Amino acid sequence: MSGVKQRVPQIILTVVALLLIASAFVARPEGGSAPLGPRLLAIADQEFATWFSILAVFAFLMGGLNLVATHLAKIRERGPDRFYSLVTLVSFLVVLVIGTAKLGGPPGLQGDVTAPGSWLTAVFDAVLSPLHATLYSLLAFYIASASYRAFRARSLESSLLLGSALVVLLGRIPAGRHLTAWIPEPLAFLRVEELSLWILRVPNTAGQRALMIGIALGVIALAVRMIAGVEKDPRSGGDGS
Amino acid sequence: MIAAIHLSGDVQVWIGALLTLMVFSFLWRDNPFYKFAEHVFVGVSAAYWMVMGFWTTLWPALVLKLFPAAGRWSSPDAPPGAWDPLALIPAALGLLMLARLWPRLSWLGKWPTAFILGTTAGYSLVRYLRSDFLYQIQATIGTGLAPMAAGRWLWQESLAQLLVLVGTVSGLVYFVNTREQKGAYGRVARWGLLVLMITFGASFGSAVMGRVALLVGRFQELLGPWLGIL
Repeated sequence: MSGVKQRVPQIILTVVALLLIASAFVARPEGGSAPLGPRLLAIADQEFATWFSILAVFAFLMGGLNLVATHLAKIRERGPDRFYSLVTLVSFLVVLVIGTAKLGGPPGLQGDVTAPGSWLTAVFDAVLSPLHATLYSLLAFYIASASYRAFRARSLESSLLLGSALVVLLGRIPAGRHLTAWIPEPLAFLRVEELSLWILRVPNTAGQRALMIGIALGVIALAVRMIAGVEKDPRSGGDGS
Repeated sequence: MIAAIHLSGDVQVWIGALLTLMVFSFLWRDNPFYKFAEHVFVGVSAAYWMVMGFWTTLWPALVLKLFPAAGRWSSPDAPPGAWDPLALIPAALGLLMLARLWPRLSWLGKWPTAFILGTTAGYSLVRYLRSDFLYQIQATIGTGLAPMAAGRWLWQESLAQLLVLVGTVSGLVYFVNTREQKGAYGRVARWGLLVLMITFGASFGSAVMGRVALLVGRFQELLGPWLGIL
């Protein structure tokens, strides 16, 4: 039994990954009378992405159940933050009912869940979208504060980082453009907006490509190790047991 | 002169504005208003994405394939689809995922995890090999170092291409940790480090601009639709 427990996940992982890789490179004959191999590749090519999405929704269901269980436990324990747990639970359940029953949407269950006028769309516009944007915009203050404290031009490397950040920032705001508008036309390439564009187009492209190629090599190596069963965690399902 | 305030009469605008102010109150310090908004965000977003996943993925790709007759509730005018036995596989894997809720059966939850890891490994290997490895090399050296237009050599473009090529190669040299970075090799690696620092600076600048744009958007929302000043 323990052999099944340990080996089946690795077999599933390897077979699924190899089928997907083969389906990307091997040409397949069209038609329903194709032999088993090409049919399997066709299934991998056409169905695996959908199955992945279905499993992602099941993972969301697990997450939702976990959220409810965690906050119910906090309310039951009568902890100091039980009021906020109640807020989470109520907002979760209200939106769940609104969305599952497609309330307010024309025409009821047959309509699109995100149709204009549906209650779920109203929740998105009035609650989710403002909260999401505001929470992310808060980072503007913290990035500014952290960079003021952390950025020091002590070495060539940190000076380059600071300088390119400053030029890119100034190049995108009208005030930055006014700063260097006096530079005459023959030396226009020294204006801050031109310098900003050049940084983004030349050194930034070079650095991004080096990073992308390096990350790609790392991801490919990791994928090969997972398929070969060399990586410990994926083979045992993620907890190393 | 202060512009006249015309408060909105729209409930949605009021809810959005009040939640925005509650989140901004965190700039003062952690407080009950911020905590309230934070917990609303957690509950609403979890349910929203669950519902979206159900109606946009689970219903058409699983429920309607296993129970075609259920289509009469969501689209009574459309002819019912055919039963698809292949849909039993993701259904079974999904149910196995829920087995994690019972400690004695939790080992079965590793099977759908293995499927997710297998698809991720398979797709990632192919995608990264193509778009982030081969295409990036092609983009760096494939265009050539002597671009021409109307029979004229574009020397600025050539210089830019050369700098991108040198920067990319030296950046990659910096990442190689199996050889000591000394001598000429070390100088190339150091050049790569400088290019990477400029890249990080540019990325930082762009990230700051993105956040500031969001901030401006929130203020426009408060001053425009809510207070009616803009």
